[in-house]
Amino acid sequence: MTETSILDVQNLNVRFDTPKGEFHAVKDVSFTMGREKLAIVGESGSGKTQTGRAILGLTQGRITADRMTFHNSNLLGLSPKAWREIRGRRIAMVMQDPKYSLNPVMTIGDQLIEAGQRHVGTVSPRQRGLEMLEAVKIRDPLRVFRAWPHELSGGMGQRAMIAMMLMAEPELLIADEPTSALDVTVRLQVLAILDDLVKTRNMGLIFISHDLNLVRTFADRVLIMYGGRVVEELPARDLYSATHPYTRGLLACAPEVDNPKKRLAILARDPAWADAPPARQPAGGRP
Amino acid sequence: MIDIDKLSVVFGEGEDRVLAVDQFSLRVEAGESFGLVGESGSGKSTVLRAVAGLVDTWTGDMGVDGAKLGRKRSRDFYAKVQMVFQDPFGSLHPKHTIDRILSETLIVHGLDNREARVRAVLEQVQLGPSFRFRYPHQLSGGQRQRIAIARALVLNPRIILLDEPTSALDVSIQAEILNLLDDIRTQLGVTYLLVSHDLGVVAHMCNRFAVMRQGRLVEVAESGHLGTGVLSHAYSRQLLLASKGYDRALVDTFSDL
Amino acid sequence: MISASFRNWLLSDVPDSRFQARMGRFYLGWLTFARNPLAMLGLFILILLIVMAIFAPWIAPHNPLWGDLPDRLLPPSGKFLLGTDDQGRDIFSRIVFGARTTLYIIGLVAVTAAPIGLLIGTTAGYLGGWVETALMRLTDAFLAYPKLILALAFAAALGAGLENAVLAIAITSWPPYARIARAETLTVRNSDYVAAARMTGAGPLRILFGHIMPMCIPSLIVRVSLDMAGIILIAAGLGFLGLGVAPPQPEWGSMVSEGRSQILEQWWVCTYPGIAICIVSLGFNLIGDGLRDVLDPRGK
Repeated sequence: MTETSILDVQNLNVRFDTPKGEFHAVKDVSFTMGREKLAIVGESGSGKTQTGRAILGLTQGRITADRMTFHNSNLLGLSPKAWREIRGRRIAMVMQDPKYSLNPVMTIGDQLIEAGQRHVGTVSPRQRGLEMLEAVKIRDPLRVFRAWPHELSGGMGQRAMIAMMLMAEPELLIADEPTSALDVTVRLQVLAILDDLVKTRNMGLIFISHDLNLVRTFADRVLIMYGGRVVEELPARDLYSATHPYTRGLLACAPEVDNPKKRLAILARDPAWADAPPARQPAGGRP
Repeated sequence: MIDIDKLSVVFGEGEDRVLAVDQFSLRVEAGESFGLVGESGSGKSTVLRAVAGLVDTWTGDMGVDGAKLGRKRSRDFYAKVQMVFQDPFGSLHPKHTIDRILSETLIVHGLDNREARVRAVLEQVQLGPSFRFRYPHQLSGGQRQRIAIARALVLNPRIILLDEPTSALDVSIQAEILNLLDDIRTQLGVTYLLVSHDLGVVAHMCNRFAVMRQGRLVEVAESGHLGTGVLSHAYSRQLLLASKGYDRALVDTFSDL
Repeated sequence: MISASFRNWLLSDVPDSRFQARMGRFYLGWLTFARNPLAMLGLFILILLIVMAIFAPWIAPHNPLWGDLPDRLLPPSGKFLLGTDDQGRDIFSRIVFGARTTLYIIGLVAVTAAPIGLLIGTTAGYLGGWVETALMRLTDAFLAYPKLILALAFAAALGAGLENAVLAIAITSWPPYARIARAETLTVRNSDYVAAARMTGAGPLRILFGHIMPMCIPSLIVRVSLDMAGIILIAAGLGFLGLGVAPPQPEWGSMVSEGRSQILEQWWVCTYPGIAICIVSLGFNLIGDGLRDVLDPRGK
């Protein structure tokens, strides 16, 4: 982890026009991140996915922000052409379910080559594709390279997806619930791959998840979102000493294997959480 | 209460033939809450569906409440055994009102006093009578799952089969539903057979549980043991460790895959 | 148009009765439909057709069945709005009365062909096995022939006449509905809510009628309203070939047919009924498109 920030977001807002009026999905979200594992956690409707999509300009809503820069280049109001330069090449995204994000009528190899099309390098695209499959710990890269998406298991599909994102060597990877469709052990294996990539390729990772336990053990830093707002930001290892009632409530209501509770705590929601300004850990608590 | 002896379930024919459940035996006592844990493809849901009579291609013996189960299930069987499905969005008919969903069972079984029963059962799942004439799409995920539970309760069954009842819900909603299920069991003394991929949920809800893998039973353990991690099988132990969260060093110890 | 309190009653999230819940659902569908101007145009055309059929005797200025021979083949004028045919009958009056025939045909075909198709399709889809094979091969047999040819054969075998024409069209129209209903049933059959219905102890009939058919009906309604145009054209085709309505009853297709010998000199004789067929077909197509937006969840 370096001290230099690669992504700087200040007061990001995403609004949707609906028949029932304006829906404010993301409210004044601010954060900066370096080459680290930043997790955005929240329940459904918290705005975590919309935040991730807004960074890539992939939302249908209206985006406004005081500042949204990636390596000092502005991400606001980019032309479609300028977005293409950034998407997939410098910032890539991995979605939840590989079943829907892989093209069913192309082999994995063709999709890998297509993903790396714009990358200029010395090795052939095919060679690079195989290398990337190896990088995501696929045992038999040649078989997977020739395989069709339906021939792969969920875990394999998600690895292939990550390999595809790596073809362009992005500096930032946004992973939206990349492991929620996977079994526990496979989930951890995919996370280990992401973890190693952050270390070896010096990449930034935004990890969007609903799973506090996973985030606590995997990420460096956590943003907790509720009702479109970041209610708390703190280092992952300090999650158990979180101060915000929402974070504490979330932690309390999850059943745990090694800490049996007679009865699960019920989260009492306070609508004010979605309106109050974000609580921040003292500066010393941040990496 | 539930006896399963050498149950095997086969799907498909020829090349596509899959042995989903392989010689699975299990005994669940009356009033017990029993868990079935495993990863996808372990056959845990198939066992549940076979007990429920939703799967035809099974061999072996199954019995409920001392009576042997045949391929066709009688109306009386469904008065005794009910099920709650995983996806509350998919298990409620999108074109039926809550009232119709809940009273359908009563109509099929020719019971009177339906309105009172529907009101009572809505009360039981902590939803007011104002929900009676809504459509499923007007409800949140948690509310829908309460309706699905209400539907299972409407005939006062002895056994409720729970197929991942909270995996489609947010954690905070999951807590509410799990507490509700706990309360119902304490009040009515029903037997639960709960399928889940989440060891945390099983440890919380069940006194005993079985670990399944590739259609086979790996082991049966008591949830009390879970905290200390005393599981006899390597696979179950791996599952337990994995469910505690991410640990880079742990991943390298995983066998197979 | 609609009072605020009534609107609130309709859109209530907490309806007090089955009736209110159903009406609320209906009203929401109507709002979606009404947002589509083309669909509204289609509805307007349909209403116009119905009004024309009901009030035909008051709208038509002349007797549609008998004309005066001195008035034959007159061009459109103040007296004969759309001209007269070779027997001196007012074409406008005949078109107005012809609306009754058209409405009768499409109405009857819709209430016979669609339910037959629905029943066959859902039964085949839900039961599977040899029942499905038998029913679907029968469907394929009907689908193998062009609809018009088949209808022609039936109409010729049954003899000319309005009822026989309707019967012939109905017999040839159900197979596509059966295919749609079956396809829909196959996706619904394995859903959790059908499994849940089986868990109530309900028998196959109850599941078929109560749970599966309601899911197939929307796409069927859309398909039927889109097919209406085709049905009108087939009816017109049968009329044109003399296998439809017995003369001198006015029917748009046979009117076109009767005018074809004068098509160059007295163009109005077959043009105006042709335009009527076009407009009504278009109207049904527009309604079908609008209904698809309302009823078909996949379109959204």
